[in-house]
Amino acid sequence: MNRLTDLPKSRLFWPIVTLLALLILNVIVAPSFFSIRIQDGHLFGSVIDILRNGAPTLLVALGMTLVIATRGIDLSVGAVVAISGALACTIIADSPDPGSVGTVLSAVGVSLLFSLVLGSWNGLLVAVLGIQPIIATLILMTAGRGIAMLITEGQIITVSSAPYKTIGAGFWFGLPVSIIIAGAMFAIAALLTRKTALGLLIESVGINPEASRLAGIRSRGIIWTVYLFSAVCAAIAGLMISSNVTAADANSAGLWIEMDAILAVVIGGTSLAGGRYSLTGTLIGAFVIQTLTTTVYTVGIAAEITLVFKALVVIAVCLLQSPVVQARMHRTRPAKVATPESTTGARA
Amino acid sequence: MTPTPIVEMTDISITFPGVKALDSVSFRMFPGEVHSLMGENGAGKSTLIKALTGVYGIDGGTITLDGDVLVVNGPAQAQAAGISTVYQEVNLLPNLSVAENIMLGREPRRAGLVDWRATRERAAVLLERLNLDIDPASQLSDHSLAVQQLVAIARATDVQAKVLILDEPTSSLDAGEVAELFRVIRGLKKDGVAILFVSHFLDQVYEIADRLTVLRNGSLVGEYLTTDILRIELVHKMIGKELAALDTLEAKTRTATAESEEVPYLRATGLGRKGSVEPFDLRIGEGEVVGLAGLLGSGRTEVARLLTGADHADSGDVAIRGVRKRLRTPRIALKERIAYSSEDRKKEGIVEDLSVRDNIVLALQADRGWFRRISKKRQDELALSYIQALNIRPANPDALVGNLSGGNQQKVLLARWLAVAPRLLVLDEPTRGIDVGAKAEIQKLVSSLADEGMSVVFISAELEEVLRLSHRIAVMRDRKKVADLANEDITVGQIMSLIASGAEA
Repeated sequence: MNRLTDLPKSRLFWPIVTLLALLILNVIVAPSFFSIRIQDGHLFGSVIDILRNGAPTLLVALGMTLVIATRGIDLSVGAVVAISGALACTIIADSPDPGSVGTVLSAVGVSLLFSLVLGSWNGLLVAVLGIQPIIATLILMTAGRGIAMLITEGQIITVSSAPYKTIGAGFWFGLPVSIIIAGAMFAIAALLTRKTALGLLIESVGINPEASRLAGIRSRGIIWTVYLFSAVCAAIAGLMISSNVTAADANSAGLWIEMDAILAVVIGGTSLAGGRYSLTGTLIGAFVIQTLTTTVYTVGIAAEITLVFKALVVIAVCLLQSPVVQARMHRTRPAKVATPESTTGARA
Repeated sequence: MTPTPIVEMTDISITFPGVKALDSVSFRMFPGEVHSLMGENGAGKSTLIKALTGVYGIDGGTITLDGDVLVVNGPAQAQAAGISTVYQEVNLLPNLSVAENIMLGREPRRAGLVDWRATRERAAVLLERLNLDIDPASQLSDHSLAVQQLVAIARATDVQAKVLILDEPTSSLDAGEVAELFRVIRGLKKDGVAILFVSHFLDQVYEIADRLTVLRNGSLVGEYLTTDILRIELVHKMIGKELAALDTLEAKTRTATAESEEVPYLRATGLGRKGSVEPFDLRIGEGEVVGLAGLLGSGRTEVARLLTGADHADSGDVAIRGVRKRLRTPRIALKERIAYSSEDRKKEGIVEDLSVRDNIVLALQADRGWFRRISKKRQDELALSYIQALNIRPANPDALVGNLSGGNQQKVLLARWLAVAPRLLVLDEPTRGIDVGAKAEIQKLVSSLADEGMSVVFISAELEEVLRLSHRIAVMRDRKKVADLANEDITVGQIMSLIASGAEA
């Protein structure tokens, strides 16, 4: 086996190439791009910024990966982001002692618990009632913003709480806390799916639901679990986002984050058709998205064509991964032969 | 009878990579006649139909319609030429109205826009011709499957069909609905339409068909008038053994376990499911192999699905070692150590994109729940031991199952079920489409498993195989269990007569 020639066939090849290309582009335009300086014992630099700002997208994309692996999709994550931020900020703002660690912990606790309720709702609709995931989560996507508005009573809630600000903007051991949290969640997701059999069962349900049923897999529980996990990830992202700006905005917090997350998953090589997934791919995908956003600023692309630029990169990555383009690039591989079984076996 | 055929297919050959699907088959149809195409799985019926409807191009031979040579490139052309097809799965749009479904693509237009009133009126005329009293504006999905089938026929007859192909039209209809369909068919027959009727139900074929053509393994066996051929002869021609040769076949290698055994491993009493299989009784002793014989669509798969929780029964009950159990889902059945290997290996068996190892441990892991993962070491031990025991090729636990040959996929599936140490293993067509060597290996395995005390239900279209392995044989016909025989001095010929006639031997 030749590792070098096998490399382009790896699912992670094109996402990594894209990420590297974007990074190189940045270095060319801004040679100081990779420089990291230490200021007040904290790490600063463009790369650190990318990691820090990419943390919420990464979190949401993690949950999204597992949902997509079961043939589902979770459109409600943006609304869950808004709700969790709104809930935490309102609790802190209403408390007599916003600066105490106890207040912040209980606010975070309540937000996370409520996200379990929201995840259960999605899980109930998809796994038990059998509603198509895109429709089922669209319900919470729409209603969720309303719930967040109810919580904040239509206001933007600002909080001044040092412990709360730590979540999104703080530093531990010189590293941004948000990166540490996202890294921890990534590790938990990886352990949860690879050290237990959850990953195998998720893939099995995503690839062939009927065969999985006959093998005795309780797909209902599996599907419910991934929507719960997705909601918890989104809630943590919501805490990060609201903490970073020290405010909860029911209207704009987490707006379109579901799209970024889905893109990150797709760029990472996980098929929307379900089945095999790659958490590492999603990690790279999330950083591609975030680097792209940063690149727009460093390269100085005019604000009005920012979205067009982003779209072009995304189209390029998706094209490179499409089966048709892949087949053209690996022409030497034998084409799939139509077997008589596949053509005549269906009926006879 | 009209002397000139409307359709004449002469020496049709179609080759798929590696397989000759049709080998100079000739076939003809006469106007005002129902012609039935008969044959077992893989005989080439579908291929022949698809050649006629232009789905497949032909590699050799000629097709004439009304005396003119017909060259069709695709179903649309065939339809324009007057050949209409109604497929087994109703190919309609359930969320559109009946009228829209009938007229789809041919809606009368006025000034470029669809004339809905004319559409509904035309649809109503067509429905009336079939004596079908339903509102053309109603939504299709509001109607029963039988009515939908008739709507599909209405659609097919609108295009001035000279030839109407009905592929398994009755597979999901009950007796009353079949009668309704036959009434419509007879009406069309009177109008001079030539009808090609494909069905696995012999009773129905004998009731409606005037003429039969039998195919086997892609070759023509012969064309017969229904009145000229006995059922038993027909079955022999379909399966491919002559009666005399069969009776001399040495069959008995096993004997039934004593009927007196007090409590069998599993006893089904009056188990049935509406529209799937009529209530049946079945006892399966410990270490006993019970064969299910019958043609495709006879209900043999449905019996297997009821015994394993794949479908849930709506009548009767199951007792395991004398204790009543409700096997509502495959998971519950697996908890009772009942494993089911489906006949549809691709759709209901293997998980293609997972490795051989993952596929083998899947059911065992599902049983343990996701939290208690089988250790990597144990997974490898399991996979390697089954790869070795069942001779799975390639002997690589990391290979994707989708890339294995059919026989090896089947062995991986067997390994999955054996890994849960079943007390009852239900095997539906475990040897179909696999090579002779793998077939023999699987047969040997079944026989040794039974010797070790495992109960087995064995389903196969190959009667010799059923006979060789089974202690007892249940014969299915037209979704009914028609006989239950101890495998003593039984010949393939006797089973065939049961399959054909349904009368007790």
